[in-house]
Amino acid sequence: MSHFLAIENVQKTFESRKGKFVALKEINLTIGEGQFVALIGHSGCGKSTLLNLIAGLTEPSAGVMILAGREIAGPGPDRGVVFQNHSLLPWLTCFENVYLAVERVFSSTESKAQMRERSLQALQLVGLTHAELKFPNEISGGMKQRVGIARALSMEPKVLLLDEPFGALDALTRAHLQDELIRIVGKTGSTVVMVTHDVDEAVLLSDRVVMMTNGPAATIGEILEIDLPRPRQRLTLATDPHYMALRSEVLRFLYQKEAAIAA
Amino acid sequence: MAMSDAPMAVPDEMHAQRTAPPGTLEAAAATLADAAPEKPPYVRTRAPEWLTRVIAMALGLVLFICLWSVIAKTGDRLPGPISTWHSAVEVFSDPFYRKGPNDQGIGWNILNSLGRVGIGFGLAALLGIPLGFLLGRFRFLSDMAAPVISLLRPVSPLAWLPIGLLVFKAANPAAIYVIFISSIWPMIINTAVGVRQIPSDYMNVARVLNLSEWKVFTKILFPAVLPFMLTGVRLAIGVAWLVIVAAEMLTGGVGIGFWVWDEWNNLNVQHIIIAIFTVGIVGLLLEQALLLAARHFSHGEGNA
Repeated sequence: MSHFLAIENVQKTFESRKGKFVALKEINLTIGEGQFVALIGHSGCGKSTLLNLIAGLTEPSAGVMILAGREIAGPGPDRGVVFQNHSLLPWLTCFENVYLAVERVFSSTESKAQMRERSLQALQLVGLTHAELKFPNEISGGMKQRVGIARALSMEPKVLLLDEPFGALDALTRAHLQDELIRIVGKTGSTVVMVTHDVDEAVLLSDRVVMMTNGPAATIGEILEIDLPRPRQRLTLATDPHYMALRSEVLRFLYQKEAAIAA
Repeated sequence: MAMSDAPMAVPDEMHAQRTAPPGTLEAAAATLADAAPEKPPYVRTRAPEWLTRVIAMALGLVLFICLWSVIAKTGDRLPGPISTWHSAVEVFSDPFYRKGPNDQGIGWNILNSLGRVGIGFGLAALLGIPLGFLLGRFRFLSDMAAPVISLLRPVSPLAWLPIGLLVFKAANPAAIYVIFISSIWPMIINTAVGVRQIPSDYMNVARVLNLSEWKVFTKILFPAVLPFMLTGVRLAIGVAWLVIVAAEMLTGGVGIGFWVWDEWNNLNVQHIIIAIFTVGIVGLLLEQALLLAARHFSHGEGNA
């Protein structure tokens, strides 16, 4: 397995009024190109902090992170981020929201027509061609999140970072978008790091589930390989004994080894 | 079931059901269902909302005028609504006459006042809005400006007039200067607050996409701050229009404020009341125009 994204001995401490607060310590993780990795853990375990570190939105207190041979220093368009709350700009249409990202990456090499085409293709990929000219407040929560994914993918990032992307959606929409994500990632072959607190989502979507211990000073507890064949079907997996075994493995970690301290 | 027990309201249906052969009960039920929509549906009639509002507003105005005429009747100083109306018709029948530097039509007076407000307010916007952006974006600048702003903002606008007269050595620029200094604060403060209250999500988008400062300004900062900025502009226009009357009373020249003072010297109380209404109506129109602009630029995510 190649070391496409390598996280070595990363530590993150926050300065607070009560003194130093160690959020993450001794994080070591390597992710191969085209892998789908889920970060799971109880809330407050620092999984989003780790994702923000990879995104470059915060800097590690110690350790290094290397993406495709380069150290991560600050945010950049080689990492497409999808936020939990979509974070679309409400004064731009869906198309313009995507175009803003496309323009950032391709304006030096491509014509306007090519960039338009790119933006439209990204919207087509998430099945939202019809909502191109709509504003974010005119579409549903699930659609907004799909525009967010289109925006992230349109930059052709080396890694797609998803921060609880479906956490704010209802169960049916969430299932639908998970299937969409399986289809999209199957098509683009993207490397994905996804933060989630949904066990089924983690097992269904990813190649590896990274389980994190409780904070403070959270670290990686166990890593579970999900060797289920692709393409994966939600309905057939629901009764698959191997799927159930993997699922209960994650549940056992979360509720026995790392039971929430103050749930 | 005996006929006498049947409810009186539906004799036809009852009859149909009774006379139908046993096999066609379903058919009878169908006719029952068909018959139901034929009755006109009961609709609660109610006056439309706008009509009740218009009626309420008209009622308020009528009460106000009644109160005014009662007060006018009890004393003999204050002119009543009717004599004021006749005087207003006369004043507005020739709004643009010129009979010398201190005797011009009400149209000229309004336009001159609006001109002063426009220049003073425009300069304040040109300086105040960019300053607000800077103060909102850079904490250090904001901390630097905070003591000066909190010291100067509560000062009555007219207290600046002597300074203006001293610096500009003329009445007209001094009046404009007073408008400038009194209308700049709301624009600085509201713009700065708007910049500071931009949701961190939007700024995270800017950082993740690594947008250039110019793109951040045009695509994120400016649209996000616009509703706040327009609130500042609206407050500033309100203040400016309040202050111009007082400033012109002191500086003289052609303008609605000086007109009020002039008519006081002439003891023409009708004209003073006309001026008060004119000032009120022009202020209302300015406010409404800006509210309309604000509604046009607000973007349904509730941060307007």
